[in-house]
Parts: sequence; C-alpha cells; structure tokens
Amino acid sequence: MRITLQDVEYRYQINTPFEHLALHDVNMDIVSGSYTAIIGHTGSGKSTLLQHLNALLKPTKGSITIGDRTIESGRKEKHLRAIRRSVGIVFQFPEHQLFEETVEKDICFGPMNFGVSEKDAKDRARKALEQVGMDEEILEKSPFDLSGGQMRRVAIAGVLAMEPDVLVLDEPTAGLDPRGRMEIMDMFYQLHKERGISTILVTHSMEDAARYADEIIIMHQGTVFKKGTPFDIFSQPEQLLELGLDVPDTVRFQLKLQKELGVRFDRPCLSIEDLATEVKKAMERGNR
Amino acid sequence: MGKKLVSLENIAFKYEGQSRHAVDHVSFDIYEGEWLAIVGHNGSGKSTLAKLLNGLQFPQAGTILVNGKELTEETVWEARSKIGMVFQNPDNQFVGATVQDDVAFGLENAGIPLPEMVQRVQNALNKVKMESFLNQEPHHLSGGQKQRVAIAGVLALQPDLIILDEATSMLDPRGREEVLETVRELKEENLLTVISITHDLEEAAKADRMIVMNEGKLYRQGIPTDIFQMEGELIELGLDIPFSVKLSKELKERGIGLIKSHLTEEELVRELCELHSKM
Repeated sequence: MRITLQDVEYRYQINTPFEHLALHDVNMDIVSGSYTAIIGHTGSGKSTLLQHLNALLKPTKGSITIGDRTIESGRKEKHLRAIRRSVGIVFQFPEHQLFEETVEKDICFGPMNFGVSEKDAKDRARKALEQVGMDEEILEKSPFDLSGGQMRRVAIAGVLAMEPDVLVLDEPTAGLDPRGRMEIMDMFYQLHKERGISTILVTHSMEDAARYADEIIIMHQGTVFKKGTPFDIFSQPEQLLELGLDVPDTVRFQLKLQKELGVRFDRPCLSIEDLATEVKKAMERGNR
Repeated sequence: MGKKLVSLENIAFKYEGQSRHAVDHVSFDIYEGEWLAIVGHNGSGKSTLAKLLNGLQFPQAGTILVNGKELTEETVWEARSKIGMVFQNPDNQFVGATVQDDVAFGLENAGIPLPEMVQRVQNALNKVKMESFLNQEPHHLSGGQKQRVAIAGVLALQPDLIILDEATSMLDPRGREEVLETVRELKEENLLTVISITHDLEEAAKADRMIVMNEGKLYRQGIPTDIFQMEGELIELGLDIPFSVKLSKELKERGIGLIKSHLTEEELVRELCELHSKM
C-alpha cells in the first residue's frame, strides 16, 4: 500500500496561545513494499509525522493519501477503521499498552475490534506469537508475569495479528539487549521480504537505517531535510554531523582515519567487513 | 583499588511464584571511587541486583554489607542515604512541579533545614548544569535533561554510590551522551562511585570494571579489556562487543598485524597510524 504526503503541515493546539508548528511542507512518497527509515533529532517532527501515517492526526494543511483514501485538511473524516487496520503502528515501548488478563486475549483484542471472529483471532494470535519467536505456552499467562523482553514481543504480536499491509515501527528495540534487538529487527525484515509489507522505521540507530532501509528520510526542524539511499545519505557524512546527527560507526571511523592517516576512501562503507577490506587496501596504497 | 564500599556475599533472590532464582547466589564487591558496569541479557538479574542493593527487595539468602554494616530492614534507611538510584524512565521519576522542587524532594524527606536545602539544591543543579532551569516544569525538559535532574536529586543527598539502572536507554543519542558525560565528570570530581546497569557495550567499555550476569548468576568479572576478549562467548550470552573490537578482529583476519583488539576507536586509529608509518 502506497502512502503519499503532499505539502503536509501540522500545528498543535491551533488557534490557541499554545499553537506550535510541528510539521511544514512535508512531501514524501512511500511506495508499496518499500523499507523506509526516518531519522532525525528528538523534536524534529518524526513522532508527529508517524501519527499521520494512519490518520491518528490529520494535517492542518495539505493532504495525505493512504492506499485509495485521501485525507485532506479541513475536512471531517469518517470511517477511518480500514486505514487503522491496514497501517499497524508499533509505538515506542509498546509493552506499556498491554492490558488484558491473558496474552491470548491481549493479542486477539485488535483483530476482534476490527470484526474478526474469535476463532480466527485465536488462530492469528498463535501465528503472530510464532512470528515473534514465542512459545504457545504463554497464551494463557498474564502478560504482566512476563519479562520486559517477552512483553515487548507480545505487544508486537498484537500488531502483527491485525495483518497490516504497512508496519510503522517507532524505535521498536529501545531498551532490549543486543540479541533481542537483532532478533526483532531481523524478524521485521523477514516479514517485509516474505510478505511485501511496507515498513517504515523511525530510529536513532544509523546502523539499522543503513542495514535495512532502501530509502532514508532525514527530518529536521519539522520538514524533510534530505532523502536518498543509505549510500547517498552517508556519502556526505559531514552534512549529518553538522545537524548534530550520528553517522554509522563504520562511516565515523572512515572519517577519523582520513583525518589521522591522510588516506582517502572513495565511498562510505556500511558494514564492518567492507570497512576492514577497504582499510587494508588504503593501508597498502600508502605503502607504494 | 580503593576500600570496599559494598560487599555482596552469596546473595539469592526469587520472585514470588517463580521457579527460577532471579539472582542466584551472587558474590562481588564494589570499591570506592570505581565505575562498575553490570551487563547481561534481559532477565539476567541485573535490575534485581540494583533493587537488592538499595533495599527495595531483600535477599532470601546471603548478606549485603554497606560500609561494613549489614543491610536489613532496620538499616535500610541508613543504607539508602548512601546509595542513590536513577531509573530508566525519565517520566516516571519526576515528583516535583518544578526542577528545584524535584531536587528538594529527597532533602525534605531527610529533614534537612531550609537554608542548607536551598544551598544543596543549587549546588546539585550546578553540577549537572541545570542551574538555569530552576523553575521550569518537567514537561518542558528533554529526556536527557530530566535524567540530569534525577541525578541532581540523588546528588543533593550526598550519597557515596549512585546506581544507574539503564538510565540512558530511553534517551536519544544526544541525551545519552549528556547524561554519561555528567556522571563521568561527577565521578572525577568527588570520588563518587558509580554502578551502571546497561545494554550499551560502548559505555561498558569505558568502565573501570565489568560484571557479566547470565541467568541470575555472575558469569564473569574483570576489566573491560579482559571481558571483551571473550568476543564470541559474549555474543552467545546475548550480548555484543564494541565496534572497535569487532573491527580489530576483522582487520587481523585480513592480515593486518594489530597487537591486540582495541577497546576504543582512538587506540585503534593510533595503532593503524603507527603501522602505516612503518610500511
């Protein structure tokens, strides 16, 4: 499902003394089946932007097209359920939203709310749990008896059980241990590849952005600062550093080495293996 | 190493209704003036350890000595005056309506007289560089600023030991650096002892000493250089190794003659420069 934003502006508490411009002149086209990373500082408008992606917020100017529905500013929108079903958002620390008595009931809540029968919802719950790497055994447990990492997975399963066409992930691995982080990110990537789910990842991790995304969008002061492939974006690392953003470890290391050693790299390395190979070449060039 | 500030002797703790020990007969010491990083997978017992150290939970077996005195329900208030904690969520630990009220909260509880209280609040906020925010309301602050106020609240009580329980994990990279830099400076200045419970291996690499927890047990303790020699073993434990260690390993595999796996990028760059000049 394709999502297009046209000249989107969003003001909080419009027409009050507290009015605050959070987004302006935002244009983007997220094509079906793509993997997009959105990066930017806290306060750059990322969170406001992602709430537009399933019409939790409506633009105060401009329009947004989600699949075949267009949401325009100034118009009263009804029947947004279909959008909410097809665009699933995994919010930051989604385990804070668990509320049911059992894991099964919690996962079934979303689909049943959208009219799926209890029996089908239960089937989906089993499938979703398997996808997040958890055992069926916990279905009857209270979500509050689980560890933090398990709760995170159950909360994610609740979103997957709605079988969305688009997944929006807001820092989905914050607070997890390194293995948990990798497992969850790999799981989302696999879903993206196997089922063609469009994935939008909001992250501070430049490593994840470089590793998974086809396109990176940099948000700065409420608007799109730049977009491109990871390769394009990290080809000009100075630009990102000027904005006070990070670059991947590998790219930062290349910059240091260029400065200290006077060697030149003709392109950014986005994996440690690639970096090691390029460093070796650069050292040998220095030899001649 | 300095003198022992806290000793854990064979500590065991099990949560109600759980079959497995959250902390499974663990012993270690914490020395005055050190920065100790505790790492381990989710559910390895790190946070339970923190709760035990601060008397929020009491062990079912073993003893904890704080300054040589056993931590019990009777001595818990004394121990808490020596051990301050900063928790993970910046929004869950703000109790005051303004920054200075928040820092004063603990002092009021401790019955500190007003003139001294004013002084201590001011000092603590100076130390975390939040002095210009005295009357700000918490929702105007960034996550990193909130955590710095939380640290000031702890500092005002003049503890010997500060425990950071994943205190930076909900912050963005800038907020994280702000908080760590603040704690580092404080540690240098006034011999504050720091325990940092963290998933951030780059941060742990900068600690004086590390403890690796696994399934409730103390798996290994040592200086970061030694701990990160474990490389693959750490990854099997669900952890990771710092970027410069990984890169050192890859470079060695490609025949670059590094003397060791470097813990920091600066060290690695330095050795590459030396090698380069010899080529």
